[in-house]
Amino acid sequence: MKPAPFIHHAPTSVEEAVAVLAQVGHDGKVLAGGQSLIPVLNMRLAQPGHLIDINAITADALDRVEVRDDCVRVGALVRHAALERDGGGRHTLPLLSQALRNVAHPAIRNRGTTVGSIAHADAAGEMPSVAVLTEAVIEAASARGTREIAAADFFEGPLETTLAADELVVAIRFGRMPGGTSTFFLESARRHGDYALAGVAVALTVTDGVVSKARASFVSVTDVPDVLDLTSVVGGREPEGIDWAAIDDAVQAHVDPQADIHASADYRRALVGELTKRAFTQAAATREDRSA
Amino acid sequence: MTTTPFSSTNVHGIDPEGPVIEQLHSITVRVNGAPRTGMAPARRLLSDFLRGDLGLTGTHVGCEHGVCGACTVLVDGQPMRSCLMFAISAQGLDITTVEGIGNDPAQMSPVQQAFAECHALQCGFCTPGFITTITAFLEDNPDPSEEEARECVSGNLCRCTGYQNIVKAVLRAAEIRRDGAATSSSSTVAGGAL
Repeated sequence: MKPAPFIHHAPTSVEEAVAVLAQVGHDGKVLAGGQSLIPVLNMRLAQPGHLIDINAITADALDRVEVRDDCVRVGALVRHAALERDGGGRHTLPLLSQALRNVAHPAIRNRGTTVGSIAHADAAGEMPSVAVLTEAVIEAASARGTREIAAADFFEGPLETTLAADELVVAIRFGRMPGGTSTFFLESARRHGDYALAGVAVALTVTDGVVSKARASFVSVTDVPDVLDLTSVVGGREPEGIDWAAIDDAVQAHVDPQADIHASADYRRALVGELTKRAFTQAAATREDRSA
Repeated sequence: MTTTPFSSTNVHGIDPEGPVIEQLHSITVRVNGAPRTGMAPARRLLSDFLRGDLGLTGTHVGCEHGVCGACTVLVDGQPMRSCLMFAISAQGLDITTVEGIGNDPAQMSPVQQAFAECHALQCGFCTPGFITTITAFLEDNPDPSEEEARECVSGNLCRCTGYQNIVKAVLRAAEIRRDGAATSSSSTVAGGAL
C-alpha cells in the first residue's frame, strides 16, 4: 500500500509542466488533487515513472473560477470545495454545486479538483456527467500548442480520454444553460459520499410555458458519460402535466449498467429510471418556485 | 539539500545493474505551528511522514486509500486525508494533527472532552480522524443539528461504537465550545478555545 518510486516534478508554470510532459510522455502522470490518482498509486495499480505535480503552478491562475457570458471557466487547481462555495458559479450554473455536494466526502472535496476528476474520466464520477450535460469545453495545453475538446468527444471509455500523453488540461468551460432552464442532480449511494449505485443530472428547458428541451446524463450506469435527449418524449407539453413515468423506458434502454457486489445490473437500471423521474419532477418544481 | 535530477532515459535515477537507491528530498512542513524537516523520498505519503519521520504517531493509518478517514489532518484548517497527499506536496502548507488539537489529558479540547464524556470511542484507532474532522466542522458550523452532525462524520469509519455515541459527542462538543466561548471571552484561558 505504498506507491512505487517516481520522480517528482514541481513546475511553476504551465509552460514548464508541458515541457516535462513532452519529455516523459506515457511514463508521466499529472498530480493535481490526487484523490483518485494517489489511491491508484498506493495500490500500485499504476506505477508512472514521473509525477508532474501542478500544485506549485502560480503563474497561470489555475485556481480561478471565472463566470463568462456563455460559460463558467474552472481552472485545473480549483478544488471541488472551492467551486461548490463559489458564489458566481453557484448562481450562474446551479448544476455545479448540485452535483458537487455528492462528490465523495468533504475531506476529499477539500483536496480533489473538479478538472482532475473529469480528466480522470471515471464513469462513476459525478463531474464527467455534468461536463457532457453542460456541453463543456476542455482546454488542453501541450508543448505543441493548445486545443479545445468538446466534452462529447473527450470521453472514450472508462478512465480513458482523447487527451494525448503530452497534454495537460488547464481549464474546463462549463456551458451556461439557456434561459428558462432548471437543473437537478440526484444519486443513490449506500453511504452519503460513497460511489453512487446510480446517479443522474437533468436539465429541463421551458419556453412559452411548454417543454422545449429535456436532457439527462448519468453516473455509474454508462461506460462513457453521454447525454440522453428526452425532448421527443415530453417536448411540447406543459411541465406541470407531465407524467414523468413516460421517460422510464427511454432511460432504461439508454443505460448499460454493470453488476457488482453492491447491486445487480437490473437493480441499477430500475434505480436510474426512478432517479431520473424524480430529478425531472424536482427540476419542474424548482421552475415553478422561481416563476411564482 | 538534494534536488531531483531529470532524465527521461533513466526514469528512476536508478542504475538497473546497481542497488535501488531512491533520491531523498529535504522536506519542510509546518506542523502544529512549527516548521519540521525530514529527509524522505518523493513517494512518502504525508501520513507516513508525520508518523515515521516526525514521530507524530497520533495520526493513524487505516485503509491508505482515502476511505476510512483515520488519517485525516487539517491542512490550512480544512480536513484532508494525509494518506492521499505526498509530504513533498505539503511544503508551505499548515498542517494540524490531533496532537496540535490537544495533547494533554488535563487540557483536552472540547471535541476530545465530548468523546470521553459520551463514550464515543472504544478501541480508539479511528478517533484521531474523528477529532480533526469534527474540530474543523464545528469551526464552520458551531450549532449543528443531529442530521448535520451525522453527515459531518459520514466520511469516517468506526468499527466499534456504531456511531450513536459519536454523533452525540459532536453535539456535546458544540455545547462545550459554546460554554467555553461564553466563559473564556472574559478571561485569557485558551485551553478550550481550539
